[in-house]
Amino acid sequence: MGIAAGGENPPRNRATLCENLWMEQNQADSQAVERDLRDFLAANYFLGDDPSQLGASSSLIEAGLIDSTGVLELVGYLEEQFDIRITNEELLPENLDSIQNIVGFVERKRQAGQAA
Amino acid sequence: MEKVTADALAIDPEQVAKEIEESLRGTVSRELHRRGGVVGVSGGIDSSVTVGLSARAFGPRRTLALLMPEADSDPDTLNISRQVAEAFGVETVVEDITPILEATGCYERREEAVRSVVPQYGIGWKFKIVLPSVVEGEGYRLFSLVAQAPDGETIEVRLPAEQYRTIVAATNFKQRTRKMLEYFHADRLNFAVIGTPNRLEYDQGFFVKLGDGAADAKPIAHLYKSQVYQLARHIGVPDAVLERPPTTDTYSLPQTQEEFYFSLPYEGMDLCLYAHNQGLPPEAVADAVSLTPEQVQRVYDDIDQKRRTTRYLHLAPQLVEDIFDH
Repeated sequence: MGIAAGGENPPRNRATLCENLWMEQNQADSQAVERDLRDFLAANYFLGDDPSQLGASSSLIEAGLIDSTGVLELVGYLEEQFDIRITNEELLPENLDSIQNIVGFVERKRQAGQAA
Repeated sequence: MEKVTADALAIDPEQVAKEIEESLRGTVSRELHRRGGVVGVSGGIDSSVTVGLSARAFGPRRTLALLMPEADSDPDTLNISRQVAEAFGVETVVEDITPILEATGCYERREEAVRSVVPQYGIGWKFKIVLPSVVEGEGYRLFSLVAQAPDGETIEVRLPAEQYRTIVAATNFKQRTRKMLEYFHADRLNFAVIGTPNRLEYDQGFFVKLGDGAADAKPIAHLYKSQVYQLARHIGVPDAVLERPPTTDTYSLPQTQEEFYFSLPYEGMDLCLYAHNQGLPPEAVADAVSLTPEQVQRVYDDIDQKRRTTRYLHLAPQLVEDIFDH
C-alpha cells in the first residue's frame, strides 16, 4: 500500500506509519552524518589503508587519531558542517570520542535545535 | 602504600652540580670537540642554572650568555638576564631579534590570524593562548585566545584549529631565530650550544622542534623543575630569577606555563610526573598535591597523552634504511 492511500487507514495505523517514516528519515540522517564524518576523518587524519575499517565505536583518541588540536579541528568541522554550536560543557568523550558517539551527539543537537 | 612527599625530589645540589659539570666537560670536549658553551639566557630559572653550570664546567671565559629579547619580551627580561651573567662572571652578547622576526612575518602572520577571530584586534591590544585546567573536568580541553584591549577589557574566544596552528607556527619563529643565533656564536667561537630544558619540558614535549628543542647538550633535562630550583639556590642564581614565576615570555599578554601547557603549577606537576614514573597509583600522590585521586588520574592521562602526541618532536629525521653502523 502506497502512502497516498494512507487516508483510508485507521488512525492507529496512520500514526504507526508516521512513526515509521520518522524513524526511517532519522536513520537516513544518521547514515548521512556518519558518511560525512567518515569522509572528514579520512581526509584529515591518517586512518590507515582502509578507512572503512575504523569501527563505529572505536575511541578516536585511544587509536591515536585525534590529539588536542585534532579535537579543535573536529569541533570546528561539526559546527560548520551540521550548523550546530558545541559548548565547552559538551566537549566530552561520550559525545565526541567515536563515530557512533559523534553521530548520536549531532543528531541530538539537531533535534534540540529544531525543537527550539 | 608508599606516599609521595615533596622530599622525594630533594637532591644533594653540590653532588648533582659536580656530576653535570663533569658530564658537560666530557661531552663537549671528547664527543663534540668544542671548547666552551653558548647558552641563550631568558632570565628564567632553567637558562640561569644552565649558564651557571656551563661557567662552572668550562670556566666563565669559555661560556657565552646570549640575550635575545624581542618586541613581546617582558621589559625586566634583559636586566635580569644581565644580573645572571654577572653573577657567574660570563660575557654577554645582546641580539635584539625583533627585526629578524619582522622580516619573517612572525608578528604580521600571527596578528592576521588573531584578527580573523577578534576583528577589533589592533594597535595597543595584547593577547595570549590559554587552555582550561585538566583537573577541573573530564571534558576535552580546547585552546582559547584571550585578547586585551588598550582600555583593559578582555575577550576570550575559542580558537579554530587553523588559527591556533598559524599563531603557534608564527610564534615558533622566535625559538628558531634564537637557535639560529646561538649556533652562529657557537660556530664563531668553536663552542657547543647548551640547551636548557628541564625534565618536565623534555618529557612533555614543551619545546619547539629545531627551536629551543635543538642543542648539542642538555645538562638539566633529567632534573625535575623543583630540583632545578634547588640547584639554582646552591650555585648562586640571583634572587630576581628565583622569585620570578615561570612564564613563557612568548605572547604579548603575560602567560604562565600552566595556562598554556602544564596541568598544574610546577611543584604539583613535578610530583605527579615523579609518582607516575615510579608506577605509583594516584592515591599515593593525591594528598601531596592537594587533589583527589580522580584528578590525579586525569593529570596522569594528560601526561601520557602529551608523551604520545609530542613523540615526533624527539625523533631525528627518519631514514628508509640505516646509513651508519651503531
